[in-house]
This record gives sequence, structure tokens and C-alpha cells, in this order.
Amino acid sequence: MSLHFEKVTKKFGVFTAVDNVSFQIPDHQIFGLLGANGAGKTTTFRMVIGLLAPTAGRIMWDNKPLSQKDSHLIGYLPEERGLYPSLKVSDQLLYLGRLKGMKKAEILPQMKKWLERFKVPEFENKKVEELSKGNQQKIQFIAAVLHRPKILILDEPFSGLDPVNVEMLKEAVLELKKEGTTIVFSSHRMEHVEELCEHLCILHKGRPVVHGSLKEVKRSFGKKNVTVHAEFDLSYLKDIPGVLKYKLVTEGVHLQVENEEVSQKIFESITSKGFVRKFELEEPSLNDIFIEKVGASYE
Amino acid sequence: MNKLWIVMLHTYKMRIRTKAFLLTTIASLLLILGLTNMQSILSIFDGKEENKQVAVLDESGHFYEPLKQQVENTSDNIDLIQAGQNAQEAEERVLDGEYDGILVLGKNEKGLPEGVLKTAGVPEANWISNIENNLQQTKVMIATQQLGVDPAELTTLYEPVSFQKESLQEGAKTEEELNQARSIVYVLLFVIYFAVLFYGSMIATEVATEKSSRVMEILISSVSPVKQMFGKIFGIALLGLTQFFLIFLVGFLSLEYSPSPEKESTQPMTDFSSLIQIEQLPISTVVYAIIFFLLGFLLYATLLAMLGSLVNKVEEANQVITPVILIIVVAFMGAMSGLATPEAGFVAVMSYIPFFTPMIMFLRVGMLSIPVWEVLLGILILVVTIGIFAVIAAKVYRGGVLMYGNASSLKNFKKAIQLTKK
Repeated sequence: MSLHFEKVTKKFGVFTAVDNVSFQIPDHQIFGLLGANGAGKTTTFRMVIGLLAPTAGRIMWDNKPLSQKDSHLIGYLPEERGLYPSLKVSDQLLYLGRLKGMKKAEILPQMKKWLERFKVPEFENKKVEELSKGNQQKIQFIAAVLHRPKILILDEPFSGLDPVNVEMLKEAVLELKKEGTTIVFSSHRMEHVEELCEHLCILHKGRPVVHGSLKEVKRSFGKKNVTVHAEFDLSYLKDIPGVLKYKLVTEGVHLQVENEEVSQKIFESITSKGFVRKFELEEPSLNDIFIEKVGASYE
Repeated sequence: MNKLWIVMLHTYKMRIRTKAFLLTTIASLLLILGLTNMQSILSIFDGKEENKQVAVLDESGHFYEPLKQQVENTSDNIDLIQAGQNAQEAEERVLDGEYDGILVLGKNEKGLPEGVLKTAGVPEANWISNIENNLQQTKVMIATQQLGVDPAELTTLYEPVSFQKESLQEGAKTEEELNQARSIVYVLLFVIYFAVLFYGSMIATEVATEKSSRVMEILISSVSPVKQMFGKIFGIALLGLTQFFLIFLVGFLSLEYSPSPEKESTQPMTDFSSLIQIEQLPISTVVYAIIFFLLGFLLYATLLAMLGSLVNKVEEANQVITPVILIIVVAFMGAMSGLATPEAGFVAVMSYIPFFTPMIMFLRVGMLSIPVWEVLLGILILVVTIGIFAVIAAKVYRGGVLMYGNASSLKNFKKAIQLTKK
């Protein structure tokens, strides 16, 4: 059981929103779909829901193309809050649950369970408009997972939440993953993606510019970060071939280098100069990769 | 459960709880109660009204008696009082409000009566022209007596001529039936007009509300936009039928059980409630009213749902639906002028134009005895049009609900259709 994108392209007239995207998401996994604003994430999600038809290519679930009939398999948390403002939480969830094919008797215990879990059982009889934005997001999340979907799509699930609620939601997401839900997730917050996703894809102008498992992505990126704290002048380091970025900080410098060999050279060079308090070779952060990949192709 | 059904029931349940529905229902029920009990209500006011007191100053000395006789025979709401000869005293009593007016009777050179009526306020009222008529009658009587005509012959002279109207067409309605049909059709036309307008714009706002609250994005991930749109339309149609049912039920019960005062038919054509007697209400007219309401609603609702899906905010919905509302108003105007001349050519033509069919074909079928095939043809054209609009609307709706941006232009319409393409 896996979600499979086969050369999916979506055009709106002359504008290509999603361009030849292929990837596979195994179940029990969280897949991160990243991209700047307008990169084509929401369009991709809408094709999974079956709301937009791909111009070319197919989206397969369990080796069968997904269609509107499979809507009960999918849970969707949109980027913007989408609930009836003047409807009670229970009425709201009952309606949305029924539309996913559930019966009232199945919905009520699920709803109670989730409200308890998010520590808000008293919201059951409140209107959505009376709740804070963060609490509305909890209800929205419940609406997306109430029917135990096989595929869960979370479009910016953590935006506008305080750290406590972010943790609460993250735990819920991880638990669903353990239960076997395939989760596709988009965010601008790279630390969330690094924490949750095994696999990821960075879209830029509809094209996948980076794709693979988190480790692979980082390894294949090649570039490394080097931090040096030393007592002597380090400014000559920026002239060493292979040093791509140079940033002076209070105690020393941050460098980005082309590969590990360059860092080796830097190490050798500085140890002969004098006392070095800190030398650190780091994997690039996803943030670096994102800025590099998306920023670079802007030029 | 079928998703269409779920959306329909949800829409119905949510709407039936709203204050707007409650208020309009109560208002229309009160209106129906008022109309059906018009006679009782009017008689309450009539009962309180006192007879007009008119003082008569008969300067000639022999016109008072015949006039009083005449007035007693024809008008029971006027009391004539002989007031002696003191004009000034009588005028003061009028100003004090004791008398409603003074009638000064004189004799002209031909020996016939003439009168001057004086009142405190503006001398313009029904009872005044009543007195004038009576005085006229009295004059005619006196004049003919002077001419030496036998009173028996006089009766022959004034007897109304026998005049009846008949139609050669089989099943054509008589004048009386036509008048009766006219008032029933008038009321039902108004109900159709109001219901299509009210429930049609309800659809547009409903769609716009779901779109602006973005709940639409969730809904479309569970149920196809087409089912969603029709679920909504049917839900609101059901709401309309509920209101119809209540109105007919209350109207029927009220007519059956109201303590309707003596059903005397002194003024049958002017009194409204006597025209809407339930026993005279042809069932077929009511059935046609419901059919044409449903079809009219479906036609306009698909259009309005489509337009509602193109806007972002509820306030914008009002702008885009205005042209459609205008078409409904034009149809209603056509129907109103058609009431007077149901057989006019323009009425027949309009009854086949789908936008006007619901009201105008109903008008024709309610008032005339037109062949069944004409009605069926009108309905067929209407149904086909609804089908075409439904297909277009479903397409636009699919794309429209995904669009957020500046609305209310033809560009959006094209864009929405484009969104649904591959």
C-alpha cells in the first residue's frame, strides 16, 4: 500500500503548476512536501483529493488510480481553517464524518476520544467561532482524522499554533503514523520537517528539485557546514578554494564548504596557526538546502 | 447513506432552525390567517362604525319624506334627522360633532329638489355620494310623477336588462370563473415569485458562506461538488415545500373552521376572501403551482448556485445575483399584466420562454383552458433548459469553489470552467 505519483503534470492554460512529478510514499511514513509559496503544493494535494484532474500522469493508491470514490480513504487538513463558524463542534463533526461514510454511532466515540486527547472535551457544544484559532485548528485536525483515513494530507498543520499545541499535534501525527497512516505533510518550518519526515520532496515552480529520504538528501547535497572558533584572524579562510560561504560571528566564523575534503584542508591549515577552541563539521540543515535549491533557481 | 441525501438533510436541518425561516413562516402564516378571515376582521371594524347622522333642513317642506323613504330603502348606515329651520344652530352642531353633516334641501324653478351638503371637514366620502344618489333618485321619481307616468311603467323602465356572456369554446371559463381563477392565480403567482426569489437567493448566500468560511475545501474532499450543489438545492427546495405545506394547511384549516360570519354574497367580486373559498379552489391549480414553483426554483437555483460559487464573500453574492433577480422580476411583471389579459399574444409567447414559464405558463393554465400539450411543451422546454444549466452550473461550481480572488466578472466564469479541465 503506497501512494504513488507517476509523472504527474497539471497545467492551468499556459501556466504549469505541477511539472512531471514522480515519487512514491510507502505507508507507515511521513512524507514532506516543501516549496515556496506558489510552488504547487496545494495543487498537488488537490489532485490527490481528486478535486483537480492531472493534465498528464496518474496518482495511484495501492496500484489503483485514486478517484473521488476513494474520498473516505483520505483525510485533508487544508491550509486555511475551513469550518462552519456558527455550527456547534459536535454538529460539525457529525456532518463531516457522515460525508466520509460514517454512522453517528461510530462518530461520537471517536469525537469524544479526540477531544479528550486534545484536552478540550468541553468544546463539544461550543460554536466554532467562539474558539481561538489554535483550538479551531484542533477541531479541524479531528475533522481530518475522524474517519481513520489511510492517507492523511496536512497542509501547514502547525501554522499559528503555540509551542504546546504544536507538540500535542506532532504527537498525534506520530501516533497515526505508527498505526499505519500514510501522511503527506507540507510546511515552511524546516525544523518540523526534519523532525517528522523520513522522505521529502522540494518543489520549485512545480518541479521537484530535491527528492529522496532525509539522509540521502543531506548526503547528496554534498556541502557541509564548518564552524571554527579560534584566537587568531580567520579571514584568510574565505580565499581557500572550495569555501562557498563565509560569515563572521563573535567568536569565529561559519563556513559552508563544497565537500568534506575542503573541511580537511581547513582543519590542517588552522591547526598550524595557533590555538583552536572549536572546530565542527556539520551536516547541512534542511533550511540551507531549501534556500540553496529554491533560492538558486530564482536567479 | 447517499452523500447527496446527507448534504440535502444537513442543509434542510440547518436552515429550518434559522430565525429568517421562522420569521418568514410566521409572517406568511399570519398573512394567510388574515386573508382567510378577512370578513370577520372587517366586520369587527364595521360593527364599531356608527351610522352617519345627517340633519336635513327642508326649505321646500315636502322633499324630506320621499328622500327619507329612499335612504331607508337603500342605505342602512345613514340616519336622516329633520332639523327645523335654524341653519346656524344646525351648523354649530355639525362643528361640535353631533351631526356628520347638514343637507339643505331647496326647490328649483321647475319644482324639483336641489341640495347643498355641508360637513365639518372635507365633504368627500362614500356616504355623501350615497346621499347624492338618493337625492337623484328622489328627483327622478318626483319628475316622472310630474310628467304623469304610471309608477308601474316606471318600474319597467328601470328594470335591468338581461345580459349573459357565454363562450363557444368547450370548457372555457365563464366571466365569474375567470374572476375567481384570477384571484387564486394572483395569490399563487405571488407565492411562486416570492418563494423563487427568497429561496433562490438563499442558495447563493449559502454557497458564498461556505466558500468564504473555506469549509468548502473540506467538503469537496469528501463529496463531489456536483452532489454538493444539488444536495443543497434539493435541501432548500424541501425547505420551500415545508413552508408551502404549512401555508396551505393553515389556510385550509382556517377556512374550514373559522367562525365565518353570515356568508351573504352582497358584494362577491370585491370581497377578497369570498373569492378564495377552499371548496372552489381547483386542486389542479394548486398542483400546478407546486410543480411550477419547483421547476422555477430549480432553474433559478442552479443559476444562483453557480454565481454564488464565483464570489468570495457573502456581500459580493448580492452583486452577482442582481441580474438574475431582475429576470425574475420581469417575469413577475409580465405575469401581473397578463392577469388582466390572459389571452394576449405576448403572454402566450412568454409562457414558452423558460425564464418566464414558471409564472406565465402557470398563469395561463390557471386562468384559461389551454390544451394539455401546450402546458407539457412549456414544461418540457423548461426541464431541458434546467438540464443544460445544471451541466454548466456543475462545471462552473467545481472550478468556482476553488477560486479565491476578485470576483464578479465574466473572466472568472471562464477561469472556473478552465479549472475543471484536464
